[in-house]
Amino acid sequence: MKAMVYRGPYKVRVEEKDIPKLEHPNDAIVRVSLAAICGSDLHLYHGMMPDTRIGMTFGHEFVGVVHEVGSSVQNLKPGDRVMVPFNIYCGSCYFCSRGLYSNCHNVNPNATAVGGIYGYSHTCGGYDGGQAEYVRVPFADVGPSLVPEWMEEEDAVLLTDAVATGYFGAQLGDISEGDTVVVFGAGPVGLVAAKSSWLMGAGRVIVIDHLEYRLEKARAFAHAETYNFVEYGDIVLHMKKITDYLGADVAIDAVGAEADGNLTQHVTSSQLKLQGGSPVALNWAIDSVRKGGTVSVMGAYGPMFSAVKFGDAMNKGLTLRMNQCPVKRQWPRLFEHVRNGYLKPNDIVTHRIPLEHIAEGYHMFSAKLDNIIKPLIVPSAS
Amino acid sequence: MPYTADKPKPKESSAQLRARIPGWGVDLDPKDRPSVPRERTDLVTGAHWEFPERQEEKWPRERSVEHRFLTPVFGTSTPPAGLSGMMRKVAYRYSEGRAAHWLILLAADRVNAWESHLKSFISLHPDNPITETGILSEFSRHGLRSRFGRKRADLAHQWIDPAIAAGPWILVGGGVYAIARTLARRKT
Repeated sequence: MKAMVYRGPYKVRVEEKDIPKLEHPNDAIVRVSLAAICGSDLHLYHGMMPDTRIGMTFGHEFVGVVHEVGSSVQNLKPGDRVMVPFNIYCGSCYFCSRGLYSNCHNVNPNATAVGGIYGYSHTCGGYDGGQAEYVRVPFADVGPSLVPEWMEEEDAVLLTDAVATGYFGAQLGDISEGDTVVVFGAGPVGLVAAKSSWLMGAGRVIVIDHLEYRLEKARAFAHAETYNFVEYGDIVLHMKKITDYLGADVAIDAVGAEADGNLTQHVTSSQLKLQGGSPVALNWAIDSVRKGGTVSVMGAYGPMFSAVKFGDAMNKGLTLRMNQCPVKRQWPRLFEHVRNGYLKPNDIVTHRIPLEHIAEGYHMFSAKLDNIIKPLIVPSAS
Repeated sequence: MPYTADKPKPKESSAQLRARIPGWGVDLDPKDRPSVPRERTDLVTGAHWEFPERQEEKWPRERSVEHRFLTPVFGTSTPPAGLSGMMRKVAYRYSEGRAAHWLILLAADRVNAWESHLKSFISLHPDNPITETGILSEFSRHGLRSRFGRKRADLAHQWIDPAIAAGPWILVGGGVYAIARTLARRKT
């Protein structure tokens, strides 16, 4: 089969690999029909995530058709059209039994600080991902769901991470009616977090980024008030000015490890890898929210330390909430929102790239070329 | 406005927002939010086991010392090999709480990249920096137009990024050269 393969920082290619085999009685092998590149894949691509090995196939957002199932699989059969959450989880451990699927204790031998994620380095379990023609799906009775007949494939693939994560991020903000919510980052997760804030009753939703075309999308897709931080010498001060000098009630970091806007943070994290990530957006969130407010962190950071302004967070009495999204828990409600037209996931898709051209896809996404927001990957076998 | 006890009022009322934004307020009640409360024990996961069957371990699988045992299911992509594999095995002696664990893994990643590049040059599929970096999309996907005249924050440092990224390699190279030169002089 053809699969994307990591060849080192800023380098990927497509190689012929063996079709994955069943390795556990509850495994399934899924033929991928559509995948995506996530913003967090860029942290791997840029060499920021420890234990990212040459030869690994990335991709934690994918949908497809069941090709083969293991002997203990009861809920799926070959030919089923499935969507697969980015979390790999057992469904039975201490964490899974409490709904914390992203924190499963039975799937990642390499680390206890994170659960299992498809195609996301050995730090997240060493599983190959779905930017390929086939992928091994562990715990087939637990993770995947049948794609509803009425659902478009592009909507389904976005529900496997970006849309669920943005929706989850707004929930962690604990939004009350009339709250002011500021979202840092107008990528796919930020756009959905902004739109979801309205669903939860926000009175004002503000989106900050430095890419004008994404801010334009935030206005159209998420009905948001937008600001380009490059135009303001101090975006935190500007947030205070436009919120009666109190600050926003809720701030959401939808940027994560490679936030721009501070040269020292950029050099020490994105370039020299001396931090787990550049917490510029997180620090802006901490400083922009009002005292007693809530900061929701959806941006992904590496496991190393980061220079976060915890003093301000403590002195302001903030509530900091964060986690990798437990995706499948969001689906029943998200399916309703998509069906009712409240969320239109494929509105954020900008590029559909054949798997054979995935190297160009990664470069475009990394360099933010051609007004890219969300690139999908189409395997040749589909 | 003076600092008073009042919460600033949004410019639009809830009724106006409901009329303007499809779905406004449908999840206003926290009961409609699937991740509230954070922990729930009434969810059906599909698991039909108390503890999963164990996947076969086909090579000594590296694992965090913070785990009591090898997890029953694990990924089998890219087993450790070569010098980078030895470094990774050393890294896994340290807990996740130690910087040594992560720094050795990061160093192993860089070594792994060089091992693979060198290996590729004696294979039928050598690395090709032009195709693998996707750099040609700079021409087909408006590299210049996407950057200039757009108020992008990253433009301020893009020109110096390669030098910063290469800095540590140049320092290491310089150090190795200096040591080699010193040793050579001592011999003569």
